[in-house]
Amino acid sequence: MKFEEPTSDNLFDRAMVIGKATPRIDGPLKVSGQAPYAYERHDVVEDQLVGYPLGATIGRGRITAMDTEAARNAPGVAAVVTTLDIDPLEISSFNNARLFGGNEVRHYHQAIAVVVAETLEQARHAAEMIDVTYEEEEGNFDLEKAWQNGLGTDEADAETGNVDEAFASAEVTLDETYRTPDQSHAMMEPHSSIADWSDGENMTVWTSSQMIAWARKSLAETFDIDEDRIRVESPFVGGGFGAKLFLRSDAVLAALGSRAAQRPVKLTLPRPFIFNNATHRSATIQRIRLAAGQDGRLTAIEHEAAAHEFEGGGNEENPTNLTKLFYAGANRRVKHHDVVLDLPESSSMRAPGEASGLMAFEIAMDEMAEKLGMDPVEFRILNDTQVDPMNPDVPFSDRNFVDCLKVGAERFGWSDRNRKPGDTRDGLWMVGHGMAGAYRGAPTLTSGARVRLERGHLTVETDMTDIGTGSYTILAQTGAEMLGLPLEQVTVKLGDSRFPASSGSGGQFGAASSTAGVYAACVALREEIARRLETDDVRFEDGNVIAGNKAIPLEEISADAEITAEDTMEFGDFQDDLEIGTFAAHFVEVGVHAATAEVRVRRMLAVCDAGRILNPVTARSQVIGGMTMALGAALSEQLAVDKPRGYFVNHDLAGYEVAVHADVPDQEVIFLDTLDPAISPLKAKGVGELGICGVAAAIANATYNATGIRVRDYPITLDKMLDRLPETF
Amino acid sequence: MPPATAPDMRSQMRQNDHSSDASARRKSPGQQSPAQAEGIASGEMTTVSLKVNGTEHTVTLDNRTTLLDALREKLQLTGPKKGCDHGQCGACTVSVNGKRINSCLSLAVMHEDDEVTTIEGIGTADDLDPMQQAFIDHDGFQCGYCTPGQICSAKAVLEEIRAGSPSHVTEDLTARIEVTEAEIRERMSGNICRCGAYANILAAITEVAEERA
Repeated sequence: MKFEEPTSDNLFDRAMVIGKATPRIDGPLKVSGQAPYAYERHDVVEDQLVGYPLGATIGRGRITAMDTEAARNAPGVAAVVTTLDIDPLEISSFNNARLFGGNEVRHYHQAIAVVVAETLEQARHAAEMIDVTYEEEEGNFDLEKAWQNGLGTDEADAETGNVDEAFASAEVTLDETYRTPDQSHAMMEPHSSIADWSDGENMTVWTSSQMIAWARKSLAETFDIDEDRIRVESPFVGGGFGAKLFLRSDAVLAALGSRAAQRPVKLTLPRPFIFNNATHRSATIQRIRLAAGQDGRLTAIEHEAAAHEFEGGGNEENPTNLTKLFYAGANRRVKHHDVVLDLPESSSMRAPGEASGLMAFEIAMDEMAEKLGMDPVEFRILNDTQVDPMNPDVPFSDRNFVDCLKVGAERFGWSDRNRKPGDTRDGLWMVGHGMAGAYRGAPTLTSGARVRLERGHLTVETDMTDIGTGSYTILAQTGAEMLGLPLEQVTVKLGDSRFPASSGSGGQFGAASSTAGVYAACVALREEIARRLETDDVRFEDGNVIAGNKAIPLEEISADAEITAEDTMEFGDFQDDLEIGTFAAHFVEVGVHAATAEVRVRRMLAVCDAGRILNPVTARSQVIGGMTMALGAALSEQLAVDKPRGYFVNHDLAGYEVAVHADVPDQEVIFLDTLDPAISPLKAKGVGELGICGVAAAIANATYNATGIRVRDYPITLDKMLDRLPETF
Repeated sequence: MPPATAPDMRSQMRQNDHSSDASARRKSPGQQSPAQAEGIASGEMTTVSLKVNGTEHTVTLDNRTTLLDALREKLQLTGPKKGCDHGQCGACTVSVNGKRINSCLSLAVMHEDDEVTTIEGIGTADDLDPMQQAFIDHDGFQCGYCTPGQICSAKAVLEEIRAGSPSHVTEDLTARIEVTEAEIRERMSGNICRCGAYANILAAITEVAEERA
């Protein structure tokens, strides 16, 4: 099926199941510890061995020798495969850093060996026995230096109007530089795989992947084998946030170990290994210039940024992308420098580009509002746009950003905010209020599904994944709605390469795309049922198919043999002529300790515009999850780069500080009652990445409002404010 | 020896707090050969008896095996999770002799005759504990990986408060400790949820606390 034009009124506008608050259907399995994650699948294949990785301890150079004799002779060891034992593996079209093979070391903790043994203890011990000799090379690990050298060079990526003239003649201008650090996904389940490549022919990988079809294709390219010989399964994923979009070394090492030991091998990346072996969000440096008239209308916007990427690319963290679209303004120039560094591969993390871009841009908007003497909410409302400001012929399909701002201001009590920085005290705490806007695109990807109706029970099969987003539940809701069945009569099977390829989970495209895929398959099933009843006028209600004045139970229709249908939703080019996006306004109250400058977030409010909300329960969870991750980004998360040695120093969950329970205050989420007919038949857009966008800037702005101290270098730790605190407390 | 196999002092002390006689009953790991003392050999085996979720298990395992790996690999329980293996995330939280510990920071051989309760012993998918049901009702999780540890901690937190064990945020050490949001947040902070379900977890625990009050 092809979605070729904005949808009109359809059955989802009279939905019985879609849009209703629905507890997760996989909930009982998860709360009882029975949902099987990759490393725990004892039952899928017998005689599993355990693999343990060894990582390089230099940032760049060559391996001149590896002594593996002791490891090979260690108790329980079945196989040792080193990177010198095999030719460099192909770099798949989804990867940039080579995952294994050859003597070249291109980043710290690059996998250089796998030891396979009967037990974890034996494999880990033997891995420690491998003696590696390196020839270290100088590397380039310094983004700051590259920024200084690159600033102002290169052509603009996009430019309209006359930016220089607009700045020269502007009544009010701003020119500031902002920094966001490298960040880690830090999902709770480490990258893990069980691989069975015992015969060196057919490969099965039980893994933790957001994208089944991509994982399969990457494995085929990496090992130069036919895709048909590979099966990938990933029914439960313990968090991803982009970390599990692409094939990682866990699956590669498990497969190599399995081939060498001729038995299935399971392997999980040790937590301290993940930060440098796998991917992360690149640090950014961003110079933002704004120009406006005294009336508050933006006349010019310039955004120049730099982030780092691995040689060959892969970095999606372009903070200037959103700047092309978010606010009005006739004159605009954006430029992004992707700087090649020898750090581990930077890659997609939740809302790549928007997350870091809004961390900076929405502080700049706050600063500009202050310069103009305007309410930052009013300033944003004034500069709203309903068209792409650089291509005014392209409208937003459905943009309700102003409503987000207005509803949020009302709900938060914005009119009662602290107005003058440093003016409100609550005991030892300086209290501040801040807000920020948020924008994140709403892409769609081709997505397929198969549906089976047997004795009135519907089974949905698709290789879509549920990474905590709630896919199981919204796909069951979609099936139930389409067939007029109660939710209990729908089973959803996900994450298996034997099922039709879906969008997968990422880029906030999963919910919109995969529900559309299930919709398409259900339409095909409904047509097949109608064909069997020799009519084209059917409705599906209360477990019955209604043809004319006859109601036939679906149980009866599918009593003798199951009825199956399969289809794929493709999204038409008309979407290219529209800007389809999601929007939010965030409001935050913080307390900053007058003596220590410790920042405590006291309350958070998000108002979101993302079309139809398929399941308010899971959608809200995604948004509060994004707000929580952004709280960490604002106040504590930072991968510290050792610039001489070239690695992230704080590579565990003690040194890399994500938000914990005590950090998180009362969080409220409001979804505007909006529909976007341009996105899909369900008129629903994703929210998983919207939730992280803008929040950190709202916290930064509230912190400024509390203290009068403007920090433009995330995270906002107390050392950056301590020497500027008010004299008396 | 790799650092991860070293017994963690804090968890040892925690163990000794409440089961001082258990350590006396612990079986001797036996004499080590010089090679083993140098950490070259695989480490020897010990037979340990554990009562897990009410059932006696006698397992022979490598001395370096953590309690977490004994549960996950030897007993093939999928409830206790390995998120970091360093006591930094709380996904491996289980109850030992009535007190919660990070099972990744404790060697299995330290638990002779100990009573271990994992999420499997708290409730099953068909027969949920009220805390498990509250986590579903309040959507106190997303990916689900930290969830068994969160629930094991949540149940322990309410017991700890009831038993009058103070926390960092307890203001009056002499008064009865109330189940406040601040107390729950503080005491749950050893269990990381990267999906960020904290607000919902708080709602779930609060509901169970109120029902029991």
